[in-house]
Amino acid sequence: MKINVNGRDYKIAAKPWRTLLEVLRYELGFTGTKEGCGTGSCGSCTVLMDGKAVNACLVFIAEAKGKAITTIEGLSREGKLHPLQQAFIDEGAVQCGFCTPGVILTAKAFLDSNPQPSESQIREAIAGNLCRCTGYDKIVRAIMNAAQAADKGRV
Amino acid sequence: MSKYSVVGRRLPRVDALSKVTGEAVFSGDIALPHLLHGKVLRSPYSHAVIRRLDVRKAQGLDGVMAIITASDVPGYKKRSELTFSELPHLAKDKVVYAEQPVAAVAALSKEIAEKALDLIRVDYEALPPVLDPLEAMEPTSPLIHQDLYTNIIPNPEPGKKDRPSNIAYHVKINKGDLEAGFKEADMILENTYRTQKVHHGFIEPFAAVAAADANGKVTVWTQSQGLFIARQMIAQFLDLPRNRVKVIPVEIGGAFGGKTYQPLAPLCALLAMKSGRPVRMEMTRDEVLKDSRPAPESIITVKMGVTDQGTITAASAELIYDAGAFPEMSHGMFTSSNVFCQYKIPNLSLDTKDVLTNKVPSAYYRAPGIPQAHFAIESHLDIIARRLKMDPLELRIQNAAVKGDTLPNGEILPRVGFKESLEKMAEYLKQKGNLTGRNRGRGIACGFWHGAVGSFGAYIQVNNNGSVNLILGITDISGSRTSIAQIVAEELGLPLNKVTVVIGDTETAPWATMSVGSLTVYSLSTAVYRACQDVKAQMGSLAAKKLGADPSEIEFSKGLFQVKGNTEKSISFTEIARSTAMTFGKGPVLGRGALDGLPPAPTLSVHAADVEVDDETGKVRIKAYAVAQDVGLAINPLSVEGQIQGAVTQGIGWALMENYIFEKGVMQNTTLLDYRMPTATDVPMIEVLIVEVGSSRGVYGLRHVGEPPMIPVLAAVANAVHSATGVRFKELPLTPEVVLKGIKQRDK
Repeated sequence: MKINVNGRDYKIAAKPWRTLLEVLRYELGFTGTKEGCGTGSCGSCTVLMDGKAVNACLVFIAEAKGKAITTIEGLSREGKLHPLQQAFIDEGAVQCGFCTPGVILTAKAFLDSNPQPSESQIREAIAGNLCRCTGYDKIVRAIMNAAQAADKGRV
Repeated sequence: MSKYSVVGRRLPRVDALSKVTGEAVFSGDIALPHLLHGKVLRSPYSHAVIRRLDVRKAQGLDGVMAIITASDVPGYKKRSELTFSELPHLAKDKVVYAEQPVAAVAALSKEIAEKALDLIRVDYEALPPVLDPLEAMEPTSPLIHQDLYTNIIPNPEPGKKDRPSNIAYHVKINKGDLEAGFKEADMILENTYRTQKVHHGFIEPFAAVAAADANGKVTVWTQSQGLFIARQMIAQFLDLPRNRVKVIPVEIGGAFGGKTYQPLAPLCALLAMKSGRPVRMEMTRDEVLKDSRPAPESIITVKMGVTDQGTITAASAELIYDAGAFPEMSHGMFTSSNVFCQYKIPNLSLDTKDVLTNKVPSAYYRAPGIPQAHFAIESHLDIIARRLKMDPLELRIQNAAVKGDTLPNGEILPRVGFKESLEKMAEYLKQKGNLTGRNRGRGIACGFWHGAVGSFGAYIQVNNNGSVNLILGITDISGSRTSIAQIVAEELGLPLNKVTVVIGDTETAPWATMSVGSLTVYSLSTAVYRACQDVKAQMGSLAAKKLGADPSEIEFSKGLFQVKGNTEKSISFTEIARSTAMTFGKGPVLGRGALDGLPPAPTLSVHAADVEVDDETGKVRIKAYAVAQDVGLAINPLSVEGQIQGAVTQGIGWALMENYIFEKGVMQNTTLLDYRMPTATDVPMIEVLIVEVGSSRGVYGLRHVGEPPMIPVLAAVANAVHSATGVRFKELPLTPEVVLKGIKQRDK
């Protein structure tokens, strides 16, 4: 069966009950996708499936067939960081870094559908991503800044 | 204008790029050829004798490559004098907490390993579990370890063994005349406060990878707060000399004290040796919650005497910590140097016990035992302020300890910025204005952290393009790499991107204790500062030769070595660096610095929480939160703020929602939906008021940052809830259920 990860097709021979997370990490080597709980409660394994944020630990690989998956490794283009990645660096939103890929991908899907969110909308949007280091303050600011930067870019 | 050019700036972390791109390597990401998968068989009972342990059937399963039980552990065999209490990694003869490891398997796949666990036969004979620390202290209580005697500190009769007990440690400390102090008081108040067991909540579960070679050496990748401590733990388990164990650092996905203990690495190493193949082990979240080393429950009784004017005359506290099944540490060691320290209390006593029960062992979590103690003391002061009709902040300002005061443990308090922090908070709250509206309230609390210091070495290798590598043996859990790189850049006149921080392994890095107790940047900065001076001295004498001057005439400024009073005669850091690598050059410059024996720099944190309580549901919302903390000097304000905001959020989780729910000693809420931690919707933006009263110790006037802001949160939130509802809660967590019950009782 075929899945598309970060713009490239992969032929895989995984058993259908394997999770997308297992295939990404152990078959294809996209280890930027992290496992924090395995039950969809922490958001560390968030990836984009056809542009939507999903917990890869809850997606059977059979469900990902033919879908376009974006992992954190696929977010920067031609060596240029995505504005969210840059904002996370600049704002000090990264501490241990384990939740970071999941939070950034959740924020990406969110900003794609809501480019000018309020603080409370951002907090709602990332409520499924646990972070234990930052207290969320700098993460929320980074997402706000990335949204504003993108907004300026459009004008 | 700052007198520094790199220190004190809000610079992005040196490790941030690798973390936003997913490149950063954590232990679960390590892949080796022909990797086996390891799993652990755990006890379903919290207290039971192992009558029979039979692995033969599991051994016969296709794909099983190794099985280990306590009888395979070389460290256990060799040390026949080992007591029960030293065998947490694999139970021998008896299990003392639910989920305690009994056996471990390495197999070709995770599925085969799990199947093998099912085939291991264990016959248990259940014993009555001891679950309540107060009952466990009774002489009639069943003993958890038959060979454990109370470690009394100070011991009035050293060497005397009374009889075995469930009280692992008993630490007493006194100052002044307690009775006389209470006689001077116009009001004496006594209360008992209780806190629950909570987990560090690091998002990265434990994982380890190990490989053994033909020479009998084992290499382990593990997320540890101390590489050398992990090496020691593994070497003891395997009964190997320490130089036959190599520990390689990886990124650590959150630790908070919880990654000092290594639940998997020793097992993983033994499985690798026994199977002859590399092995990876990963814990599920369920295993992380049930078998790491969370913070203990506490029962704390505080008695305090004050005059009508609000002067504290005497105070005593009896602190009981539920240590769980193994005596991992003494909380008395921490209470003695951290409790009753922030106020002038002439007469006091502290009595701290760690009591064993048949629950998962407790150990270090961000300021071990101290947030619990401060919940009691700072709630107590809040009650006193209300009875005296005094402003709670004013009561604290009036009693604040100052430089020269004697601490409970006899040390003299050095310069601290406590009053400055209290005043900064008072000013901030004044600007902000009083809190108005129904069911809203503000709570104040303070915290004291004595601090800790480690033993550290640092090497600085000068590269021949004028950049440097800073080589350390201490893992980064707080942004320490960035802060320390900023100090090197400052001292050597380099831009930050010319400093590469290398965290070496146990074979290449200089010794370091652990990243714990907010000691890393504080201790390391002095060692690294000394290494920088060593580099400058070595480079300076090379510069002197080139400039035809005496080394004593050379001064270093802005990347240039020059002859004093002669700006014409100079040579750059880079030029000298280049020359050292040339044929017939003077060899590479390797600076060295070490640290041992620096006293810590006590740090205080002042908190204000604004809450709103829904009186229909009992839900507490944190509306605003502010912290004023004297950090001495913020090397990187972004990192300092991040540490403080993270600690406050952990404290809010502790105060409002997190809890271990046990049944017969077995934890019931083992997912992150049931063990609820704060999400982004549970906390507001957290205001950080950085106070910089330099410490008189160490370099740059630094203090400790990470622990102090965790300490006052529980009391600040509970005091705010009282202010909003009029209900005093003396037991945590303040879940909607608990708060609603309190409100209903109030209205009766």
